[in-house]
Amino acid sequence: MSDTMFGDLSGVREGLAKVEYLADDGIASVVFLAERLGKPVLVEGPAGTGKTELAKSVAAMTGARLIRLQCYEGLDEAKALYEWNYKKQLLRIQADRGVDAEHEDWVELQDDIFQDEFLLTRPLLEAISAKDQVVLLIDEVDRVEIETEALLLEILSDYQVSIPELGTITATQIPIVILTSNNTRELSEALKRRCLFLHIDYPDLEREKQIVLTKVVGISENLAEQIARVVRSIRQLELKKAPSVSETLDWARTLVLLGIENIDVEQAKETLHILLKYQSDIEKAAKELTVEA
Amino acid sequence: MLDLLSGFVGELRNAGLPVSLTENLDAMEAVKHIPIEDRDAFKYALAATLVKNEQHWRAFETVFEVYFSLRGPEYNVGDENGDGEFDPDNLEEWMSQQMQGMGGRGGGQDMSPEEIAEMLFRALLNADEAMMAAMARAAVTQFAGMEPGRPVGGTYYLYRTLRNLDLDGMLERLIEESSERYEGDMTQLAERLEREEFENRIEQLKREIEAEIRRRLVADRGVEAMAKTLRKPLPEDVDFMHASREEMANIRKAIQPLTRKLAARLARKRKHKRRGPLDFRATVRRSLSYGGVPAEPRFRHPRPNKPELIVVADISGSVAAFARFTLHLVYALQNQFSKVRSFVFIDGIDEVTHMFQNEEDITNAVHRVNTEADVVWVDGHSDYGHAFGVFWESFGKDVNAKSTMMFLGDARNNYHSTNAWVLKECQKRARSVFWLNPEPRSYWDTGDSVITEYSTYTDGVFECRNLRQLEGFVDNLA
Repeated sequence: MSDTMFGDLSGVREGLAKVEYLADDGIASVVFLAERLGKPVLVEGPAGTGKTELAKSVAAMTGARLIRLQCYEGLDEAKALYEWNYKKQLLRIQADRGVDAEHEDWVELQDDIFQDEFLLTRPLLEAISAKDQVVLLIDEVDRVEIETEALLLEILSDYQVSIPELGTITATQIPIVILTSNNTRELSEALKRRCLFLHIDYPDLEREKQIVLTKVVGISENLAEQIARVVRSIRQLELKKAPSVSETLDWARTLVLLGIENIDVEQAKETLHILLKYQSDIEKAAKELTVEA
Repeated sequence: MLDLLSGFVGELRNAGLPVSLTENLDAMEAVKHIPIEDRDAFKYALAATLVKNEQHWRAFETVFEVYFSLRGPEYNVGDENGDGEFDPDNLEEWMSQQMQGMGGRGGGQDMSPEEIAEMLFRALLNADEAMMAAMARAAVTQFAGMEPGRPVGGTYYLYRTLRNLDLDGMLERLIEESSERYEGDMTQLAERLEREEFENRIEQLKREIEAEIRRRLVADRGVEAMAKTLRKPLPEDVDFMHASREEMANIRKAIQPLTRKLAARLARKRKHKRRGPLDFRATVRRSLSYGGVPAEPRFRHPRPNKPELIVVADISGSVAAFARFTLHLVYALQNQFSKVRSFVFIDGIDEVTHMFQNEEDITNAVHRVNTEADVVWVDGHSDYGHAFGVFWESFGKDVNAKSTMMFLGDARNNYHSTNAWVLKECQKRARSVFWLNPEPRSYWDTGDSVITEYSTYTDGVFECRNLRQLEGFVDNLA
């Protein structure tokens, strides 16, 4: 990988902005460092703040291929790393038998069936063995059990995969690795130590406004400002689930579709269900908004 | 630079952050790639490599401010009258920085309090950040009355400055001013949003002032001393009993994942044990194909192990702060377990399961428990003995081999009878009995605490004063 992939810090920011991802200083610095140090990034934060989007944007920015591993409980080696294509292996043995069964040497056969050809690559191995530039996204890593986390460690620190029958496969190019976590559980120290850590929180007023302006077509600056303010106001309440950025965007689109230019309390209340997903939250927010400040 | 960084990492460790050697090396490596003048980037580079837990961010930020506050031209401290501390060798550099800074800084010394207030008002109204920062400096110079070597904490100076600025009055004025701008043409919502905007700016100003005071204190007392005084416990080390409001909010956030973990631990067995007991009937039937030899034993499907939790919590005055936390814990548990029954007591005992069950909002639930639960029997002083007695009489039959019992309380019984036999009976019937005590271990069995008497009939009494200990408890529960 060339050292000058990003140029400098502001280059990262501009690059991300070009693919419609507005990074703040923290995000830009960490992405920049990830590339420079060749280290994976662990992104943590509330749902819907653009963690997965970051990976996609980085891929889009660098023109790399995005390889995604969605984590879930019960994920194992065969689905994350590699698997032997045993059907094909069986076929191979059968095919051999037909020709000259007597001369078949066991060792030879074994060498034969444990080859690249019979290997089914799964996302992690694919990212390692890719010849082109890739971005590996390991999504919601907090969903796997703590034991399964260990699977990732070899890849994250050395960018290699050991396959007993084949030996070690080392990456020809170092992929940019982004892990996301919703922080439903504490990740192991070993994993954290290997990563750069980035916490993405809800954006501040100015950035949220900019995000709305970039992502929503045909919105006026005035409305975007109001939306950002209302959302901030709602986030300050004690809710079960605070509105995320994606929900803000949905809300903004709705308001644009409805042709609303100035939000008043009634309109806000009527469209609250787009912003909030729990009935109790909606009631609370509606109550709060009507009360004289 | 190297020395500075090692000092910085040392201080982070002192503050309780777990910084490993590799992380330290990463940080050194990372800062090489960052232009050193870019203070924010520098900060994020350090944070990304050294801080791996969002909860530790605050602690990191404080230490960073202390260590690197004096480095960087716009952060130069030094009073306008020139008696600030500076290195004589760097005098020339220092002077030029002063000159640069002058424009934005404004001569705080020459301004009257009214002028400062007026300029601050303008800055807040127009959200002029540079001006706000400058005025924060001027205000500190003017009002805080800081003297070198005076052994007073930063809070005192902060208080003095803020008292003189009268920010509440300022807020009212700002709102009036802005509503005039709109010529009374504002909707309720707009007004509310405007107010929040100003509150936010004032909050920002306060932070600015605080940072300014800290910078000056660092200049006066030196980095190490300052870092020491600013050291605060990390969120997981905050004592439940003495947690401030803000700390409590943090603790609440952290409880959720913990309860999930607890549920996972208690339900774990069913995942690891694949087979149930021998199914005799099926085995005999299968043996027919082997001529009556039971060659292939059959097993029943395992019965899913659905753990039940019975929580009995003391909510009396002596553990009031802990009780608040307890209720949150119970609420969080309720979402994780299929069956949780919760009881609260002072000297009487009442079941509050239903109050948590259909309540989506925790604050409401806690409020209901505090007002509606019938927990006072005679005088409203803890009486564990009586509460346990009543518990056994009314609910004892519901304790069975599936239930895990958790008692939460300090076991300060006001010298009443203990009725420890209730726990003995519980232990006989329940799967396990745990007790979480919010008091430090050294206080146990002093005064009217009777924890040992109860502890003989439990599977363990755990000191549980902060999140770290609670997490330890959950981890060891297997």
